Amino acid sequence: MSNISSDVILRLEDVSKVYAGTVAVKHATFDVRRGAVNVLVGENGAGKSTMMKMCAGVEKPTSGRILLDGEEVAFSSSGDAVAKGIGMVFQELNLFGNMSVAENIFATREITRFGKIDHAEQQRRAGAFLDRLQAGIRPDMMVEDLMIGQQQLVEIAKAVSLDARVLIMDEPTSALSAAEVEILFKVIADLKAQGVAIVYISHRLEELIRIGDYITVLRDGRITGQEEVRNVDTQWIVRQMIGSDAKDFAKPDGHEPGAEVFRAEEICLPRATGGLAVDHVSLTLRAGEILGIYGLMGAGRSELFDCIMGRHGHATGKIYLDGKQVHERDTTGRIRRGLALIPEDRQREGLVTILSVASNLTMSSLKKFARLFHIDGKAERDAVLGMVRELSIKVANPDNEVSSLSGGNQQKVVIGKALLTGPKVLLMDEPSRGIDVGAKADVFRTMRKLSREGLGILFATSDLDEVMALSDRIAVMSNGKLTGMFERAEATEAAIVSASAMGHGPAGKAGREAHV
Amino acid sequence: MSDAAARAGAGAPGSGSILLTLMKARTFIALIAVIVFFSLAVPSFLSTANLILMSKHVALNAFLAMGMTFVIITGGIDLSVGSIVGLCAMVAGYLVLNGIDLQIGYTVYFNVPEIILITLLVGILIGAINGLLITKLNVAPFIATLGTLYVARGAALLSSDGRTFPNLVGNPDLGNTGYGYLGAGRILGLPVSVWLLIVVALGAAYLAKYTPLGRHIFAVGGNERAARISGVRVNMVKMFVYMFSGFCAGIVGLIISSELMASHPATGETFELNAIAAAVLGGTSMSGGRGAIGGTIVGAFVIGILSDGLVMMGVSSFWQMVIKGLVIIVAVVVDQAQRKLQQRVTLMQMAKAG
Repeated sequence: MSNISSDVILRLEDVSKVYAGTVAVKHATFDVRRGAVNVLVGENGAGKSTMMKMCAGVEKPTSGRILLDGEEVAFSSSGDAVAKGIGMVFQELNLFGNMSVAENIFATREITRFGKIDHAEQQRRAGAFLDRLQAGIRPDMMVEDLMIGQQQLVEIAKAVSLDARVLIMDEPTSALSAAEVEILFKVIADLKAQGVAIVYISHRLEELIRIGDYITVLRDGRITGQEEVRNVDTQWIVRQMIGSDAKDFAKPDGHEPGAEVFRAEEICLPRATGGLAVDHVSLTLRAGEILGIYGLMGAGRSELFDCIMGRHGHATGKIYLDGKQVHERDTTGRIRRGLALIPEDRQREGLVTILSVASNLTMSSLKKFARLFHIDGKAERDAVLGMVRELSIKVANPDNEVSSLSGGNQQKVVIGKALLTGPKVLLMDEPSRGIDVGAKADVFRTMRKLSREGLGILFATSDLDEVMALSDRIAVMSNGKLTGMFERAEATEAAIVSASAMGHGPAGKAGREAHV
Repeated sequence: MSDAAARAGAGAPGSGSILLTLMKARTFIALIAVIVFFSLAVPSFLSTANLILMSKHVALNAFLAMGMTFVIITGGIDLSVGSIVGLCAMVAGYLVLNGIDLQIGYTVYFNVPEIILITLLVGILIGAINGLLITKLNVAPFIATLGTLYVARGAALLSSDGRTFPNLVGNPDLGNTGYGYLGAGRILGLPVSVWLLIVVALGAAYLAKYTPLGRHIFAVGGNERAARISGVRVNMVKMFVYMFSGFCAGIVGLIISSELMASHPATGETFELNAIAAAVLGGTSMSGGRGAIGGTIVGAFVIGILSDGLVMMGVSSFWQMVIKGLVIIVAVVVDQAQRKLQQRVTLMQMAKAG
């Protein structure tokens, strides 16, 4: 091939991938360059993951060819691709929770001496990789004891340990805190300097602009743009992704919040390892108000929500709805009183994935459709269809399994489920995590609309832009404590960031290991 | 769209969905197959007398299998049902023969409806113990019900010192006659036990589909964490399924002792395995979240007719076991294949729709 420049190590040439009846990738040509970060971006379902699975030998292209160092190759399995120097960090964590970090890193290629696994050597080598990540992870820790961000770092360490020439990272930062992201970027810079070709997939556009060298945009399985990153901006990327300029955040509509609807007083949650995961947090929320809670990972945002929902029996503190104290201690009772949670982890906590969209939507509110004990099928059906329409959930038939939907639509189902309970206060934990730009905009619009209708919304996020753009007031948490409370008008990024780093050591820079 | 994709989109759905329909109806097809096979192989197979006899056999397993289905849908298992059958049979027998000695010179004898009620309560109580062990004390369902399997069987043996309570006709003077009605009575030509099965099965199927509790059973099995966060009272749901399973076992204990007019403490040994087999044959997934009462009933019929038919053909009981095992394995293999095909058909529908 004449037109392949020498620094292209891997090339997908005119590849298509057809799954039974669906075309995931259509005639795409994608070059991966040595010593560079090759960014791949697109909405959910655009075909990014499929492309990467073809690179990593997990899937075979239906047509087209793959060139490695200019020579055509066919990977028979992912092991085959690994042997040829292509490693991948998958979006879903592929770790064994019941094994140690070192055992995970060397899974399937254990270091042996005389046929017996040499644990000491594995731990030593794993330790070397982990030191580079500076995340306070010891090689002998059990993976299930790690936080999700740390698990992601282990996954990355595992891929780096392969000494791959091409390293594919599918949304590596989706669960990382700002400090952890910095560490990851340093690792990526090191690898780049060593001549490793990085393929980087992410939804976070600022991130792509920051670390990318070449960018490829996918839409509906087709490549719609290929550029050097220094020539592009976020506007350009979004245009290529969804075809037109998108407004990221719904604009505030200027309605005035009403009376206080929710108050939490002195919420405390002891940590299993000592200390407090939530440390005397008190806050109030007015009807029609959006209160954003900003904080890094491990700041205690999710734990605060869990306490409010009654998921921890040993949490202390009082909560009030409409001025009346909530005495119910269990989740069921609190939902009945008008609280509802949209959990951070959709797959594990938000949905019953093997059930239908309809069953998931009405799961929390079946009592409403039941007379005595008989569910009124028509009333339930109407509610489901109404919610599908209202949230514009894209599903051909509500009886389809919820797992057949894209991430954004799944998130809408979780939101719909919460709304059907008729809540007064909605708690949203990272509501835009892992969903595409279009669905994000829908979710934000929905939040605005609900607040206009008088719902009080508490939402937790680690995205600074998001909290600035959406909140009427901004609370900041750090290390379990409430460290700042700002009216929107007086909030500045600098003030929020410095509040989020309180209790994290000097100037809070990358200091998360302080309490790990 | 490439040619290959166009072909896949146009040709496959038709054949795929026919195959899928066949696979979905596999238990039913198996049922028809065994009926046709045995009616050809055994001349008296389709006689009314034989059909009624077989349906009485099937009913026993079907009761247990229904309770088991709910338990398995929540992601659990109930190994204790066979022992509960034995214990309930002994409780009923004891009450008919001995009544309850109040230790103050009086002995209370209950009439038959009261005895039935008390016996069912014993079954429900043991189910409740299973439920408490599993929800409050966090014992794995397999272990908790394995424990009650031994305890209940031991209690049954202790109740009579291992002997049989014979001749449960009751005494007209004490007003406790008529215990045989459950096992021998007929209504409109059908045995009482079969009528009971119809009532309980309809109730259970209704519960699964049209009540919040039934839906919650599926939610708990599909994703317990998500169910809890959605406000489902997970512990209550689990308590219910084990208590219902105990209730079903109580019914079976009553019917068997009534049919024999005697209570033997070993009644119901290994019945739990047949119940699990029927549930699995009917499409209940051992990993929870999937299953249906209708499927389980059909599954119970397949197993029951298969074993009765083989007996009538004179096949050795050793071969019967081999055949039963193979049928269960094939059922699960087909179930897996169906699920794969189902996913593909769903994909195709999605591709068509958008």
